Amino acid sequence: MTEIRPKVGILVFPGSNDDRDAAWALAALGADPVLVWHGDEELPRLDAVVLPGGFSYGDYLRAGAIARFSPAMASVARFASDGGFVLGICNGFQILCEAGLLPGVLQPNRSLSFVCRDVGLTVERSDTPFTARCEVGQRLTIPVKHGDGCWYAPPELLGELEANGQIALRYAPGENPNGAVADVAGVLNADATVMGLMPHPEHAVDPLLGPADGALVLASLVDAARNRILTVV
Amino acid sequence: MKATVLVRPKAGILDPQGAAVQSSLRQLGFPVEGARVGRVIDVDVEAGSTDEARAAVERMCEQLLANPLIESYEIEVSA
Repeated sequence: MTEIRPKVGILVFPGSNDDRDAAWALAALGADPVLVWHGDEELPRLDAVVLPGGFSYGDYLRAGAIARFSPAMASVARFASDGGFVLGICNGFQILCEAGLLPGVLQPNRSLSFVCRDVGLTVERSDTPFTARCEVGQRLTIPVKHGDGCWYAPPELLGELEANGQIALRYAPGENPNGAVADVAGVLNADATVMGLMPHPEHAVDPLLGPADGALVLASLVDAARNRILTVV
Repeated sequence: MKATVLVRPKAGILDPQGAAVQSSLRQLGFPVEGARVGRVIDVDVEAGSTDEARAAVERMCEQLLANPLIESYEIEVSA
């Protein structure tokens, strides 16, 4: 019997540039990726949503600030509030923060330089739809490429998030590429159904091209989306 | 009606652009103790009174122009 291929929608904004890599990676990992134009008000029937990397709306005003008003984003918010799994990668993470679907904000890198390199990450949670194939404490190597990746939350909010276990991924000691507070690389919503991360798992799937640890993150999402079909139907 | 919004990084929030500007000004020989970089947004808004304009711009700031986690804003309305 062939395994069910869950439908994973990938939003395409003007200025998205990792949508096709995300589609390729998700297909390689057993999903049926569907590109969804940001101007579409209704999402097709989907089992998970990915907001890809890029520079939606040219990062005008603040990264992600304009994209959150795209017609499709209201549907993504509804999808998330119904318990649907939403993963935001890089610019997708920035959009989710600006849309209030994830806590905190992404600021310009402390160095003011664009960083593009492999970074070491430490897995903080393995009981989420995005990290189930990992183990707590596991070190992953996944590339980053961003200018505005310095995640920030005021001390009180950060304390709450730490207490609720909403920090899913951290940069490994000495690896923080952007000055993010508490070395935060990936953040969850309170229900752990929405995650954003600055590193690009879709660029780390094929071992021919370097580290393949990104496959653990995306395959976790594909598993979770598939299980959701089996349990919801 | 014309309004000007000044958006600034909140006190205590890291402002790498400001730090870079400060360091460049010091290299030019200016005894600069601090610099913060914000942004200015001029809006032309239809409104019946300055109060109405101010209230509208206030909502614009809350919903889009500033991120309250890291930025503060001031609004000037000219009749």
